[in-house]
Amino acid sequence: MRWLLLKDLQILRRSPLLVALLVIYPIVVSVLIGLALSRAPEKPRVAILNQVPAGGEIISLGGEEVNTARYSEELFEAVDPVRVGSREEAMELVREGEVLGALIIPADITTKLQIGLEPATVEVLYNAEEPVKAQFVQDTIKSQVQDANAALTRKFTDVALDYLDLVVSGGDFSFLGRSFNVLGLGPAEQVLRQARAKVPPNSPEARQIQQVIDFGRLARQNLDLSDEVLSSVGEPIRVDARVVEGAGSTALSSFAVALAVTVSLMFVTLLLAAGTLALEREENAFRRLVRGLVSRTTLLAEKVGLAAACSSVVALLMLCGLALFVELDWARFPLWAAAAVAGALGFAAMGAAIGALAREVRAASLLAFMVSLPIAFLALVPSGAVSSGLYDATQVISALFPFDPALAALVAALDGSSDLLAPLVHLLVLALAFATAARLGLRRFG
Amino acid sequence: MLEARGVSKRYGARHAVRQVSLAARPGELLAIIGPNGAGKTTLLSILAGETRADGGTVSRRPEEIGWVPQQPALYGRLTVAENLRLFARLERCADVGAAVERMLAQTGLGDRAGDRVETLSGGNRQRVNVAIGLLSEPQVLLLDEPSTALDPGQRERLWEFLRGLLAGGTAVVYSTHNVQEAERHAHRVVVLADGEVVYVGSPRELEDVVGASGLGFETAFVEFLRRRGH
Repeated sequence: MRWLLLKDLQILRRSPLLVALLVIYPIVVSVLIGLALSRAPEKPRVAILNQVPAGGEIISLGGEEVNTARYSEELFEAVDPVRVGSREEAMELVREGEVLGALIIPADITTKLQIGLEPATVEVLYNAEEPVKAQFVQDTIKSQVQDANAALTRKFTDVALDYLDLVVSGGDFSFLGRSFNVLGLGPAEQVLRQARAKVPPNSPEARQIQQVIDFGRLARQNLDLSDEVLSSVGEPIRVDARVVEGAGSTALSSFAVALAVTVSLMFVTLLLAAGTLALEREENAFRRLVRGLVSRTTLLAEKVGLAAACSSVVALLMLCGLALFVELDWARFPLWAAAAVAGALGFAAMGAAIGALAREVRAASLLAFMVSLPIAFLALVPSGAVSSGLYDATQVISALFPFDPALAALVAALDGSSDLLAPLVHLLVLALAFATAARLGLRRFG
Repeated sequence: MLEARGVSKRYGARHAVRQVSLAARPGELLAIIGPNGAGKTTLLSILAGETRADGGTVSRRPEEIGWVPQQPALYGRLTVAENLRLFARLERCADVGAAVERMLAQTGLGDRAGDRVETLSGGNRQRVNVAIGLLSEPQVLLLDEPSTALDPGQRERLWEFLRGLLAGGTAVVYSTHNVQEAERHAHRVVVLADGEVVYVGSPRELEDVVGASGLGFETAFVEFLRRRGH
């Protein structure tokens, strides 16, 4: 077997395109994924026209001065703001594609916020030549406006609660530069009790005073509850997210790394195993070899071993490269290796089965692509994205091929969020099954 | 000596080879001739152990037989020497280096030893193909249409080379379309038609059987097949 291995390595060395594919492909994928994961997403450039006059961003609410500029900043957190001086300039930038959209804050926005009779309105300009882009702008701006609205609502609620507290408990407040003192329902009740004590107990005056006392108590008690009511009105729906499946949660970066490595592992291994086996037939050497020089099983083992060994090395190099960008736990390296080797064996056996069906390297490569891409796609279909019956079917089909368990094994090996043993066993069973299919294929064509 | 008895092979309902028996003695050159589709390649691949027969026996194991298939079975990205070295190792030759040197010398490819096979002409590839079949110095050599891709000069060198092997006691069995070549070089011919052996003997005897002496072997061969309904 070693002479066949040596021969295949010599042929690989003299196949610059294939070697370039084997070496450059994982490097490119690693760098792209690494950069994508290590850099924050680019903020979209949005033109901002703020027509509110200087100093006009301060509004007075309940005697408290509120700087609305602080809340408008909420609008700019998710974008890269480009300040412009006029509506025309903003439109021009949008039209030329210099910015994704423009946000125009009108001069009367703070007045409307202060008076509260009609909602304050901001204007958004964007190009809709691409539906995806239009949707992105709509979602981004809407999300940010909602955040700003929520922040303002919280502030308004606080002011309203202060007013209510003043009504219930009494105290001082200022309005338009003048200070006022409010008695409040609580102190008023005390005053009334004192007044009632000064009139005959069963007199009509005492009963009237008692009625006012009762009303005041009832009003105070109910207004005390309004804190919670107002808070609920300000934020009627809160999100309480709980994980049902996949607790332990795989970090997005780990999943992205595992996915990138699995895709590379799949292509490299399938192409190598299918290609080297098909090459024996293309060069007419297969029949010469199996007429006593080597057995078909040995030949198959050599191809699977070569493909698995080469692609495992490529996968581990990829992981090492990705570790430069993404934080990976080096203490788990033996588990990475176990997952990579098991995945490579599964893909190599599948590649050998494909190679046993094809008579030429090109046909084997094409077949490998045609089979592997849909399988990878099916394995990535999330639950809930399709009907339950279809999802079950995708799960069954995915389980018959190595992509799904290879991805699961790598995810488990990288962050330990799930069981590693089950996908490893799954991969070894698949490797055995595909190797048997490949062996039968070789017998048929021998 | 190579002996086959009652060898048969079917592909579906079609009989590719039917109850074929033949023998090649040491130092004998046996030519298998016949029209297209007669079963020549199938018979040789069965004798070589490359194709499994449905019935019959072959006296030698595949490892004891040198085999030169019609299509060169070589690795194009390896050099001539690397191809020879690989197959010498797989044949478990006692002295791999000496076997390679010997075949390079015998085939006259010493100056092309470092060239990749994919850069060689069809004739030179066939020479490497023949050389690989001879690496283990077999007592029986089977060649399927060995001279098809060769020019006249290369063809003459091939026969010269095979005569040397015959002189050393090797039994050589080969198939050919070229009837004149069979008449010129073969000690005996086996005429195969529709998978069956219809004649075994010397070319001259076939002319006598047909009664076409003096008209030439090719004419006698065509007439023989015509009379047999082929």
